[in-house]
Amino acid sequence: MAARQLAHSEMPLASLLVREAHLLDPRAGIDGPADVLIENGRIVEIAEPSTLSTERRGEVLEGRGRHLLPAFVDPHVHLRSPGQEHKEDFETGTRAAAAGGFGAVIAMPNTDPVLDSAPLLRSATEAAGREARVPVGFLATISKGSDGQELTEMAELRAAGALGFTDDGRPVTSAGLLRKALQYQRLCGGVLTLHEEDPSLSRGGSMCEGALSAALGVGGIPTISESTMVARDAELAGYESGRVHFQHLSCEASVRALAAAKERGYDVSGEVTPHHLLLTDEDVRGLDTRMKMNPPLASEQDRQAIIEGLRSGVIDCVATDHAPHSREEKEVPFEQAPMGTTGLETAFAALYTELVLPGIVDLALLVERMTAAAALFELPTPTLLVGEAANVTLVDLESKWFAGEHGWGSRSDNCCFAGRRLRGKVLLTVAAGAIAFRERAFSVVSAR
Amino acid sequence: MRHLLSISELERADIERIVEQAARFAEVSDREIKKVPALRGRMVLNLFYEASTRTRSSFELAAKRLSADVVNFASGGSSVEKGESLKDTVLTLGAHKPDAIVIRTPWVGAAALVAGWTGAAIVNAGDGKHEHPTQALLDVYTLRQKLGALDGASIWIVGDVAHSRVARSNILAFSRMGANVTVAGPPTLIPREIGALGCEVRFSLDEIAQADVVYALRMQHERMSEAWVPSLREYAAAFQINRRRVSARQLVMHPGPVNRGVELSGEVVDSPRTLITAQVQAGVVVRMAVLYELLSGARTFSPVPEPQLA
Repeated sequence: MAARQLAHSEMPLASLLVREAHLLDPRAGIDGPADVLIENGRIVEIAEPSTLSTERRGEVLEGRGRHLLPAFVDPHVHLRSPGQEHKEDFETGTRAAAAGGFGAVIAMPNTDPVLDSAPLLRSATEAAGREARVPVGFLATISKGSDGQELTEMAELRAAGALGFTDDGRPVTSAGLLRKALQYQRLCGGVLTLHEEDPSLSRGGSMCEGALSAALGVGGIPTISESTMVARDAELAGYESGRVHFQHLSCEASVRALAAAKERGYDVSGEVTPHHLLLTDEDVRGLDTRMKMNPPLASEQDRQAIIEGLRSGVIDCVATDHAPHSREEKEVPFEQAPMGTTGLETAFAALYTELVLPGIVDLALLVERMTAAAALFELPTPTLLVGEAANVTLVDLESKWFAGEHGWGSRSDNCCFAGRRLRGKVLLTVAAGAIAFRERAFSVVSAR
Repeated sequence: MRHLLSISELERADIERIVEQAARFAEVSDREIKKVPALRGRMVLNLFYEASTRTRSSFELAAKRLSADVVNFASGGSSVEKGESLKDTVLTLGAHKPDAIVIRTPWVGAAALVAGWTGAAIVNAGDGKHEHPTQALLDVYTLRQKLGALDGASIWIVGDVAHSRVARSNILAFSRMGANVTVAGPPTLIPREIGALGCEVRFSLDEIAQADVVYALRMQHERMSEAWVPSLREYAAAFQINRRRVSARQLVMHPGPVNRGVELSGEVVDSPRTLITAQVQAGVVVRMAVLYELLSGARTFSPVPEPQLA
């Protein structure tokens, strides 16, 4: 199937020369210093460091000591438009994405109204085409109204551009409905992207079940709420030879279920978020509502298991599950607060600081996992190869900063990493050939 | 002490200081004029988002016996019903500059949250299923009156631990005071890993004879959204504290209100070995001691801290 067009606003194509940056594109086997010339939004030349002439049209950027990476792809963001623009919209959400080094994002359809019909999907796509700084792909809902009863018009939604389908925010509780969706997938394609939760187990819960939830008296959500559904739906996917992607895996048992499904040859994939990779239920102790997310932060043992899953490849990619909420909504007692944390602006730096610097994950592997979502959704994977559209991000791995110190690109500030000292800052993001983000303090060497 | 938010942040010495102060106040309650001028001119705001009879009335009585002014606020019939948020309500009522806010809500951590929004001293009168620290303090007080000390005593807390803030505060308070705490009840009403609070866990009452004190919990119908036990009849058959299960040697406690014939049999409720009435009496003097602890002496009205969400 031909690559689908993602929606983004018209922006001038970039022409720039990045000198002497360290290029790292693990898939292309690129790892070393070079000059990179981008003209009219395409990578046209890669040469030995400081060999390309600066006498040409466009900006010249000093890349020495910095890394040029393929721009990241986030398969799971909530841009909140239409209907919840007090939390986020396409402009602010993609501003946050670009500031985090992302060159493409996939928006969830649990908006208001939910994207469950072709006209609604087209309308959202058009809005993104006016407002988005980085390309936005869309999923449509699996069920009408996302209420788990009847299938949406999946074929028509696919024709209108849906990359796939999800009832994210809610699980598909009915195995029968999911089976029908898998059967219908044969007709229309598109990834079925699943938020796994058994409501009969999670009901009344606000954090992961464990010693801390027992002590605090906060309703606990057991990890089996997720893992039993992963196991069930992997079997459904296998039975129907369908294609399923598991969202925000949070616990050891889910990783085990995904690994088992992959061993059996099922066409399944999985994602993990920076907060599940870096935080545990201990971080909920102070009842900071920014630490409330779904699935909830689990135990240290679960965290180690998902890190290992990401390293081994059982988990395919990183997703932020960027979930903005307004301050009023989050500034309430923990159990009343909506679930979710923002994540686009901190994902790379947080993972670099906490996983790469201590030597747990290799930088090349992190870059691979932060771009791998593209292929899972049949999108072109950002690369540094000559001839390709420029989807790149320039990062300074030495730069130290406090998350949120200069405010946020996002309209919301409910970031679980706020105030953390991070290493690694995105200086520039080029998405679909256009400059989507430029760090304020980052100056150009020259511009003509 | 600035606030009383939970037992978990108290040391044994704090608990002892408060219950000893309560003992001194007990003498006041026996006078003909049941009032001392300790907190004259102070204002105590009772902010109750949940139904309460004994807790609210005993806080009101405690404040009045200390000569403080009391303002009662119940969420029913207020702007809360018009959709005002907890924060806005607290900021609005805080404009009257109360010296203390006694707050009960159905939400874990709400008292601590409110402490960040106002300069008043906050007393947690129950935050969801988390804690009810003044209940635990009055239970410690009651037991000390009866036993002298709690050190080495075996205390069984029986019933619906999962939905009980009293259980959480009391496990912590009794263990801080040197007692050995066991919780017992049907597995659906005992949270996994509750033992991390420092108690033993049993799923039957077979060994309840070893208890010096049996603390029965109320079956919290109001906090249960589904059936946690097949029937109250079956629950009572296995876990009711009745004459068959406890001897005259053992003390029986209950935080009230009692479901007669469910967690306690009627004859146990009415028997002289139960401390239920003593607990209620202790409620006033212990809350006097808590308000006195927080409000006596020079207090500077501290500035409102920055909102937590940066």
